[in-house]
Amino acid sequence: MSRLTSTFEALKKKQRTALTTFITAGDPDQEITVPAMHAMVGSGADILELGIPFSDPEADGPAIQSASERALKGGVTLRVVLDMVTEFRASDPDTPVVLMGYLNSIISMGYETFATNASRAGVDGVILVNLPPEEAGELGRLLKNQSIDQIFLVAPTSSTERIKLISAATQGFIYYVTLKGTTGASHLDTSSVKENISRIRAHSDLPIQVGFGIKDGQTARLLRECADGVVVGSALVNLMGDPGSNRQSIIKALKQLTSELREALDSNDSALEN
Amino acid sequence: MNETYSQPDESGHFGDFGGRFVAETLFRALDELNDLYTTVSKDGDFRQAFLDDLQAYVGRPTPLYFAERFSEKLGGAKIFLKREDLNHTGAHKVNNTIGQAMLAQRMGKPRIIAETGAGQHGVATATVAARLGLECCIYMGEEDIVRQSLNVYRMKLLGAEVISVTSGSKTLKDAMNEALRDWATNVDNTHYIIGTVAGPHPYPAMVRDFQSVIGQEARAQCLQINGRLPDLLVACVGGGSNAIGLFHPFVNDVDVAMVGVEAAGLGLESGQHAAPLNDGRPGVLHGNRTYLMSDDDGQILEAHSISAGLDYPGVGPEHSYLKDIGRVKYEAVTDKQALEAFHMLTTVEGIMPALESSHALAWVVEAAPTLSKDQIVIINLSGRGDKDIMTVADLDGIEL
Repeated sequence: MSRLTSTFEALKKKQRTALTTFITAGDPDQEITVPAMHAMVGSGADILELGIPFSDPEADGPAIQSASERALKGGVTLRVVLDMVTEFRASDPDTPVVLMGYLNSIISMGYETFATNASRAGVDGVILVNLPPEEAGELGRLLKNQSIDQIFLVAPTSSTERIKLISAATQGFIYYVTLKGTTGASHLDTSSVKENISRIRAHSDLPIQVGFGIKDGQTARLLRECADGVVVGSALVNLMGDPGSNRQSIIKALKQLTSELREALDSNDSALEN
Repeated sequence: MNETYSQPDESGHFGDFGGRFVAETLFRALDELNDLYTTVSKDGDFRQAFLDDLQAYVGRPTPLYFAERFSEKLGGAKIFLKREDLNHTGAHKVNNTIGQAMLAQRMGKPRIIAETGAGQHGVATATVAARLGLECCIYMGEEDIVRQSLNVYRMKLLGAEVISVTSGSKTLKDAMNEALRDWATNVDNTHYIIGTVAGPHPYPAMVRDFQSVIGQEARAQCLQINGRLPDLLVACVGGGSNAIGLFHPFVNDVDVAMVGVEAAGLGLESGQHAAPLNDGRPGVLHGNRTYLMSDDDGQILEAHSISAGLDYPGVGPEHSYLKDIGRVKYEAVTDKQALEAFHMLTTVEGIMPALESSHALAWVVEAAPTLSKDQIVIINLSGRGDKDIMTVADLDGIEL
């Protein structure tokens, strides 16, 4: 069983909603990433998403674009990202790590080399925002051989046919994009999110995580009842890039926001257990 | 005519290239566009309405002009210019915007967006938007806005909003990123008019079909004037829409050679160029798999060209395919060669070419002396050079 699957199963038993936190690898510098990953896990993150910086992040909003630019300025490459995962794994054998990025990074390393190296580093899942299931066959097979989950996104605009296609192709969890637009946008409509998630549930038994536009505990909590997990990215990335901060204050702010999200997601757990 | 060449396949692949590499949010809009386009492309009435518009509004057909003095000066080949510079708005770009605006209207989308580099596609989009009463928003790199201030003002006069893109290299590729983000956000009421034969399926095939009017006319005109097909077609290649437009109707004519001319900028060996087919590698950007300028980590490199319209690190996927199957040869000329060709055509023929088109001219300047005098060469003169005179003056060290 993959680390992602066992994590979701364990959370389900405890009736907890998964908290997935995203930062871009090497943002704002290379030294902070692994300590930041541990800090988020320590403050309640269940799954970590690590962004692979790319020069042309066409599906991302300004926050993650800037994060990519900062990381690239610091010389981060896909190899460096994988080294960070290796380093993280050395002291955390349990928390799933999912890489998120754009296909060209993987093409340049070579599909096979990437699959082997990612597995060796301890990567559990890969999300490539510009790789739909139709084009993903070859990479998918290689990742599967290495027991890495390939995760696809469902959007509010996805037709029922596409939901079926994506459900059949995706592994680990389904990533539901809560809104039309790019990461970090601000017009979240929770009732339509709920409606669309029940559309997906009709075709898939996989856990569903929701992302794009979740900024704080309050929005995370609103989605708790319909999703198996929430992904928070831009709000955390904004902390990483705060120009007035240093490494210590960034880690502190990350811990604070992660804890706030955790508390919001867990706040009624005791009531449920009674 | 196209019995042997039938690219792309149903899912938009030209061999290994093309396809659809976009975020999930855009699939519905791409499917809707593809369904509509598939329907109308079989509909003779749609094509006729498109051609009628091109005649009444754009001024087509454009002449196939025998550049006699230019031919004589070069000392080889009979050189004909396909005068796309004479189109309304001054370049071939309008052929595509007319077609796509018709589709936007049929889809009931009141808002159109576009990316632009030199500003020609932006002007052509703003023009059709004004004519049809559509809201129009143009994304343009901050750097290109400075280089092409005249076209920026033209777009504004036409009622378009011009949005300055300050991310990345602040040029065409970044404008395209920003347009894709806008489209994902406003996909319900917005149609994205991509200006070249790139982007996700069906754009490369659809834009090619709209631009193919260039080659269809040139083929008939050449037969009429010379009683035979040309020996060689030459066109500049940035994204590659004017080149595909000229080449496509000749693809099955095996005796017609074709050369696409990329921008070598300061020289291919300098790395400061915009020539992914000459010095790039296959990758994925802006929705399709194609040759790209990228580093070992897959980061897209900044392109360089004297001409804003060629300043793009990628190229339409069909060109990548035509390169790999050897049907089209892709060459490159430098900024300096293009500038010299600009001056030569202007003084010898009284035609001021766009700096983009000057790349095609410059390659012919080099190649013509090796050709025999009865060989027929057609150059796609894709745009006029009025928009470039500030750049040219600047390069020549003249203050206006």
